[in-house]
Parts: sequence; structure tokens; C-alpha cells
Amino acid sequence: MALENTDIQDKLVGTFGESAFNFQQERDIFSFEIKADKNTAIILFLKNDPTLQFHFLTDLCGVHYPDNDENHQFAIIYHLHNWYENKRIRIKAYLNGTPEIKTISNIFLCSNWMERETYDFYGVNFIGHPQLKRILNMDEMISFPMRKEFPMEDAGRTDKDDRFFGRTTINS
Amino acid sequence: MSELLLPPEHRYAKIIQEKLNEDGSELSILNLGPTHPATHGIFQNILLMDGEKILEAEPTIGYIHRAFEKIAENRPFYQITPLTDRMNYCSSPINNMGWWMTLEKLLGVEVPKRAQYLRVIVMELARITDHLICNSILGVDTGAYTGFLYVFQFREKVYEIYEEICGARLTTNMGRIGGFERDWSPEAFRKLDVFLEDFPVAWKEFENLFERNRIFIDRTVNVGPISAEKAMSYGFTGPNLRAAGVDYDVRVAHPYSSYEDFEFIVPVGKSGDTYDRFCVRNAEVWESLSIIRQALAKMPEGNEYHAEVPDYYLPPKEDVYHDMESLIYHFKIVMGEIPVPVAEIYHAVEGGNGELGFYLETDGSRTPYRLHFRRPCFIYYQGYPEMIKGALLSDAIVILSSLNVIAGELDA
Amino acid sequence: MSDSNIKMVAPPEGVVGEGFFATKLNDVVGLARANSLWPLPFATSCCGIEFMATMASHYDLARFGSERVSFSPRQADMLMVMGTISKKMAPILRQVYEQMAEPRWVISVGACACSGGIFDTYSVLQGIDKVIPVDVYVPGCPPRPEQIVDGVMKLQELVRSESVRRRSSPEYQELLASYNIK
Repeated sequence: MALENTDIQDKLVGTFGESAFNFQQERDIFSFEIKADKNTAIILFLKNDPTLQFHFLTDLCGVHYPDNDENHQFAIIYHLHNWYENKRIRIKAYLNGTPEIKTISNIFLCSNWMERETYDFYGVNFIGHPQLKRILNMDEMISFPMRKEFPMEDAGRTDKDDRFFGRTTINS
Repeated sequence: MSELLLPPEHRYAKIIQEKLNEDGSELSILNLGPTHPATHGIFQNILLMDGEKILEAEPTIGYIHRAFEKIAENRPFYQITPLTDRMNYCSSPINNMGWWMTLEKLLGVEVPKRAQYLRVIVMELARITDHLICNSILGVDTGAYTGFLYVFQFREKVYEIYEEICGARLTTNMGRIGGFERDWSPEAFRKLDVFLEDFPVAWKEFENLFERNRIFIDRTVNVGPISAEKAMSYGFTGPNLRAAGVDYDVRVAHPYSSYEDFEFIVPVGKSGDTYDRFCVRNAEVWESLSIIRQALAKMPEGNEYHAEVPDYYLPPKEDVYHDMESLIYHFKIVMGEIPVPVAEIYHAVEGGNGELGFYLETDGSRTPYRLHFRRPCFIYYQGYPEMIKGALLSDAIVILSSLNVIAGELDA
Repeated sequence: MSDSNIKMVAPPEGVVGEGFFATKLNDVVGLARANSLWPLPFATSCCGIEFMATMASHYDLARFGSERVSFSPRQADMLMVMGTISKKMAPILRQVYEQMAEPRWVISVGACACSGGIFDTYSVLQGIDKVIPVDVYVPGCPPRPEQIVDGVMKLQELVRSESVRRRSSPEYQELLASYNIK
């Protein structure tokens, strides 16, 4: 018996009411939104429920939406995978301008570094994380480079002439 | 060297003091890396040692963080393949194809069967080179330099095939949306045939050199084992997970590029130790060879190598000079003005080290809004400190090389 | 020995007589140094894989006197920087360079080491010559093994013609001072 989208939806709505919403099949993945403060409860439920069994965290990443309203500035995206039924789901939790969400590193060991990476890139504070510090960038860095306002290029570079890259209008 | 000394509030300092008070034994701290010659790539581990035994390890990564995801947000879609090349550079065609397939999923492009089979061939070749490097380097780390020199000749042969297909050796930047940039030359197929003829002989010898070798077995059996549950919790995928006994393979779970047409075994190990990882990779090379043979045998007639999608597929250069329509398409594609739907896509392929996923979010503009790479190395390297707990220092090196952690993929 | 295919390097210019050969000390030292360069591979990414190919059976860098890959910077002559050097890595590269004993040479292999390559980002050092002096640049992303071998041969030429006094010359001291290396 395959695990149907409606089963997942019914179970979640039955247990968590309005904390899980906006269910839709997006291309090949069933996805929905959750309220950020319910993330650990919902993910733990998805993992431990005997029919759902989403026991593998495939991916966790952040997204920055500077143009959205105050309560949808950041999003954390979880991809879970049930290998028994071979079913993937995507969970999206929106956060406000001072992003904070509970850690799931006690549920899935692998989320430890993924959360650190997300913190490093976006400055999302994972509450209860055992070691929330930068992972890829230098510890001394103060900004969060994957936020949209952060420039990609190194501001201190001296070797490239802006005029030849179309980056300045002054052409003298 | 002062910056490498640990601050007094570091947890190691506490453990050392406690142990000293407890029974007077002195623990020491050893800094392994980031440029230690025995670690292939740049990984730093600060080890807490009791003599030769490792008690704890604290890895630091990010030494070649190149901000792939930030660059990807500033590049048109087809300019992102060069980035994927440089992620797992031991098997770049898999990364390239994974990225094109993500885009094809986004744009709803159907790739012709022949192009899919060609992709399967090149991806399996890439898997062979990836496993070949990992296993031969594992040999070097256990003191068997011969095997490395012996099989490396065949990696050169694979690179010659790549050169026939796309012109490059290592960072291939191969393919287009909908297929390949050009048809494979007869020379490519000829070289492939020669490779399929010669390589199995060498690989058999390589296997014989190691699999029943007393020294190799002593160095690897029961070194760095990991249970299936632990491996899954740490997010292991690919050969390292299969060595622990879980038969998860993206090629089987979510077949892409017509993998469902081929018959192959997913080899699994039992204890998840270094020897099992070695054997699983060895066995996968045989399966890859079998898949390539099947693909060549089943290859549809004709010379179709790309889908007919003029919106996304660059027209031939000659036409651009003579044909109005081609010129327009060429301009639109190069300037990144192709129509892109607003969507969220996740696509995964079985990379050399496990599930290589692409999470792509678009907003209809010429660049991805967000592109996240699920890099298998990054995720399973978290399990390393636990795997080397209690091991000897020399075993830590062997475990690291058997995990096949690629620095480029680790740090993105 | 006539049937052996061992190739000897040509002797430097000099005066040959019966039982003696007179030449300049510079040339002899240069000849010896150039043909026994011990490389220190500082391989960080893709170019390191091509370096592996260069060292392995097919291209065999040992033919140029670099059989012994020295993994200790204290006993190496030629630092080969291969791959992207991030800003996090730069102090370590510098430390490795400072540990090397004079005379020391540096080959920067690959676009990333030469100029940052395609990674013009906040985290990548835009060329290793920002932190250490470089003798030979090898372009390519990654360079083919032939190019790496060519880079080594170019360096051999430099080494062969280098004066034994260069390392104590004021110009050289000034160069090091400009990098703040003592």
C-alpha cells in the first residue's frame, strides 16, 4: 500500500490542526508549510509515526526573502524521505526578520552541520543547537553572506578594473 | 603556531585536567591538518589523544569554501554547470548531468532515449573513476603504492574518452539542457570499447592484490565500523551507507535518465567498516561496467543526441550566422532571457559518494532565486569524529580515505 | 653503457682539458638544484587531482628530478600550490611558505591559485601572490598534466640560471619585506 498524500495530510491536520497548512503536490514532491514553533513536534511525529516513517532527513537549507512581509523574511526548508514507501516530502517553515527556530539536531544527527551551515549563511538562530557557530566561513566574519543584500564579490579586491566588467558607467 | 593552541576554556582542556586529577594519566592534543599530507584534501581535526588512541576529535571545515551557492544566485542557469564540475571533481559528469536533469525537470523537457543512454554511460564512467581514485588511494594509505600506479593508467583512458566527448579532462562542463552539445564521435565509442576490454583485466588484478591481502585485511577489517542506524541518522548515502548494509540507491529509488531499463545489483556490506566500504566500491565498479555494456547494447539507432527544444538548446554555430531564427534563439539563451517557470524543484542523482541533490527555487528571472546543493560529503563527514573514537591515529587516516571525502564537495 | 637509454643533462659551459673540467660555481649549483627539485604539493582541490595524474605512471614527474615528494615544508624546494586558496586557508599557506628553507620556489598551479579563477567571491583569496611571492604561474582550470610539467620545466630554467647570491641580495630582501616575511 503506497503512502498517499491525503494520508499524510489527514494525519498531520488531525494531530496538529492549523499548524500544518498549504498542502500541495509540487511537481514530484508533496510539500506543505508549518508554523515555525511547531517544527520539532511535527518532524518528530513524521519520523516516529508507524505509518508515516519519514526516518531520513535528506536536506535542510535556508532561503532569504527580503521582499516578503515581516513574518516571511526567511524560510527553512526540510526534505524528508521515507525509504520504505519511497516517498519524499518538503516542509517549509517561514521565519520573521530575527530568524529563530528550534533545532532538530536531537532528532536527526545529520542536521547538526546543516543547521550550522544555515546559521553561517543566514544567521538563523537554531535554539538548543549544541554548537551553533560558523562552519564554512571564518569565525571572525560578522555578516551573513547568503542574505540577498550581501555582495557576492570581495569588496577589497584591487586586481580587477571595474570599467572592463561593465560595473561602472564612468568610462575614462 | 600560537593560533593552534587551544584556549583554556576549550572542552579538551577540561577533560585533560579531569583525567589528570583522576588517575594521573596525561592526555595530549594533536592537530591533524589542514595540510597534513596523509589527509587527501584539507581537513583539520583537533584530536584528543591517549597515547596513540584517539579519544575525541573536533573537525574544522571550510578551508576551501568558495561560495558556490552565492555565485549560483548570480549566474544564468547554463553557467552553473562549471560550478558543479568543481564540486566533486572526481566524478564531475555526474554533477553536470544532475544539474541538467534538474533544469529539465523544471522546464519539462523530455530527453530522447539515446541521449539518456549516453548520459548513463558517461555517468557510470564517472562513477568508475571516482571509486578508482578512492580505492587506489586507500591502497596508498595502507602502504600499497603499486595498485595506485597501476589503475591510474586507466583513469587516463577514461579522461581520453571524456576529451572525445567534451574536450576537457577533469572539469568537463558536459552537456546541455536536453542532451549533449554534440554527438559522440566514433573515436569515443572506439575508445570506450578498448576501455571495456582492458580495464576489467586490470581491475580484477587490483582486486586480487587487495581483497585477500593479509596486511590490507588487518589494516581495514573492523576499522571505523558504523551501524546502519547510526549511518542513517548521520545522513550517510551512497557506498558508505551501503557498506553498512542499507540498500538505498537513488538510481533504484527514483530512477532518472532511464536507469530503470538496466539490470544491476546494488552491492551491500555488513559491518560498515573500511574493508566493507572498499569491497562495496569494488563491486560497484563491476556493476557500472555491466551497465555501460547494457547501455551500449540497447542503444537506439540513429544519431539523436539532444531534445528538440530551441528555446533552451543552443543552435549550431553555423546556423547562427545564416539563420535569423537561430540567431534570435542564440541571443536569448546566451543573454539568459529564456522563459523559466516559477517553481521549487528537488532533484537527486546518485553521485560518486551518495545522494547528490539540487534544491532549486526560481522566481522567473534569469538566475536561480536559491540553489542549494545537497552535498553527500558534507553531510556524512559529520559521522567521522564518532567513527574514529577509540581508533589508532594511523587508522583515522585510513578511515578518512575510505569515506572518500572530497574537499570541494565538503566545503562548496 | 651504450645500450642504456638513460639521458644525462648536458654539462654547463666550461673549459675541458685532460682530467679536468672548469666552469662557474653558479652553473654547477644551478644544474644540481634544477634537477633535484623536491616538490611540496599543497593541493587543495581539482588541480590536486591533476597533480596526482602528473605524479602517476602516465606523466611521471619523477623524470624531472622530482621523484621524492616532500610532505614536510622544511625539506622542500618547490612549493606547488594547486587549487583554490580561501581566505581561511591563506594564513596556513603563508605559514607553510615561511617554514621552507631557502632557496625556495613557488609554482602557482591553476587559475584559482593564480588569480582566484572563476571564484570571484567574498571567501576566496584573489591569487596567492597576495600572500606569498610566486615564481611560475600555470594557467588552466585545471591545467593539463602537460602544462604542470611545463611549469616545472620553466621553473627549472629559472633555478638553473639563478645566481647563488640572489637570496642575499637587497632586491630579494625587499621582495620578502613587501610580503612582510622575515
